[in-house]
Amino acid sequence: MKLLRPLLIACSLLFAATAHAEKVTVAAAADLKFAMDEIVAAFKKANPADEVEVVYGSSGKFNTQIQQGAPYDLFFSADIAFPRALAKAGLAASEVKPYASGRIVLWSANLDATKMTLASLADPTITRIAIANPQHAPYGRRAEESLRAAGLWEKVESKLVYGENIAQTAQYIQTGNAQVGIIALSLAVNPELASKGGYWLIPDKLHAPLEQGYVITKRAEGNALAHRFADYMGSPPARAVMTRYGFVLPGEIAGN
Amino acid sequence: MKGTNMLTDSDLQAIGLTVRLAGVVTMILLLFGTPIAWWLARAKTSWKGPIGAVVALPLVLPPSVLGFYLLLAMGPHGPVGHLTRTLGIEPLPFTFRGLVLASAFYSLPFMVQPLQTAFEAVGDRPLEVAATLRASPLDAFFTVAAPLAAPGFLTASILTFAHTIGEFGVVLMIGGNLPGVTRVASVQIYDHVEALEYTQAHRLSAVMLIFSFLTLLALYAWRPNPKNGG
Repeated sequence: MKLLRPLLIACSLLFAATAHAEKVTVAAAADLKFAMDEIVAAFKKANPADEVEVVYGSSGKFNTQIQQGAPYDLFFSADIAFPRALAKAGLAASEVKPYASGRIVLWSANLDATKMTLASLADPTITRIAIANPQHAPYGRRAEESLRAAGLWEKVESKLVYGENIAQTAQYIQTGNAQVGIIALSLAVNPELASKGGYWLIPDKLHAPLEQGYVITKRAEGNALAHRFADYMGSPPARAVMTRYGFVLPGEIAGN
Repeated sequence: MKGTNMLTDSDLQAIGLTVRLAGVVTMILLLFGTPIAWWLARAKTSWKGPIGAVVALPLVLPPSVLGFYLLLAMGPHGPVGHLTRTLGIEPLPFTFRGLVLASAFYSLPFMVQPLQTAFEAVGDRPLEVAATLRASPLDAFFTVAAPLAAPGFLTASILTFAHTIGEFGVVLMIGGNLPGVTRVASVQIYDHVEALEYTQAHRLSAVMLIFSFLTLLALYAWRPNPKNGG
């Protein structure tokens, strides 16, 4: 009984907390990790009363989860095909909007990747190369396309290890378990990763564009905050953050 | 035709790999877990508590914790990574041997705890009798204690095997998802689901479900009546 009371109070507090607060939960592709953290921090600073929670992961997984009724209000996918599929299935409360194009880079924590090209991956001293799983991760698909376009796929396939999403791929490289790998530019420019090794931008003519799109989900139809946050993504401060993280924004022309 | 009940080649490969991993891990843990369990059952020192707790850790520890530590330890900057480099062995992450090592940690309590219980149930008496008949401690273990604890060995092996089959988190973190090397059935199912290949996910999941159920059924059906307190 002595234990039960505080437990009951804790439980009621927990429920009260979920019942009252006005909030949105955002599902964001792993490549947005650093950029979205900054954007959300800026949004919260401007709107202190609003609660925005972000969950990062692979776009394919979020797509599946939203189809199964996951409580995400907004879905920022690394591949616009996923939100389009949701809209087609009647699970969207907004049209699907492109918000950025991603770029992929060769990155290493120990080697100077700025002096490398894709052809360097065939070097026998390189034994482990990390890419995201091409089966379901958009960045993995583009990595595979680039390696195939460069005529290197057969030479490097036996050295590849596959990250569950682009963040895990970066982590395989960061820990040195893979000497080099192909990750999102948006991750490679983050100070934590940029302080080690270096990156080489993979020419975007080697792969299909990484068109990224978002959608407001059906469950957030009446959620004003979800719409406001979506609008904020198109605002100058948010666009500035996205540009800083190497994303090419809608209405802009890719640099190279 | 799509309606056939066939698993794909990569599904079969994943199942084969999973069974191989579980088999190797069970063998290794029989070898290393038995002395630990024996020591835990017989020791009278104050170390028994801490060692027992360490052995039981994987029961409560999130697989992500184990995966994280192992990834760092096995990496080129970690202690295991240094060791493998000094010995001239291939680094352990993304290899079958790496998975074996990780799974051995992860499944350790499933081998040690049933064995420890079985050894404790044998008690001191049969060993004392063996000693008076001039059996060496090793003799006594193999001719007296081990046969008496045989049901414990079977239970421990089945549990270890089954638990390794069900492993997912650690493999996902240190495996690198290599077909035929580290892509076990649980990871294969996860990939099918992420790629929206529900039909394949269903088939492989059904195989795992039936296998797991049959394993446990065998364990419970075989287990002798609890009247002897075992």
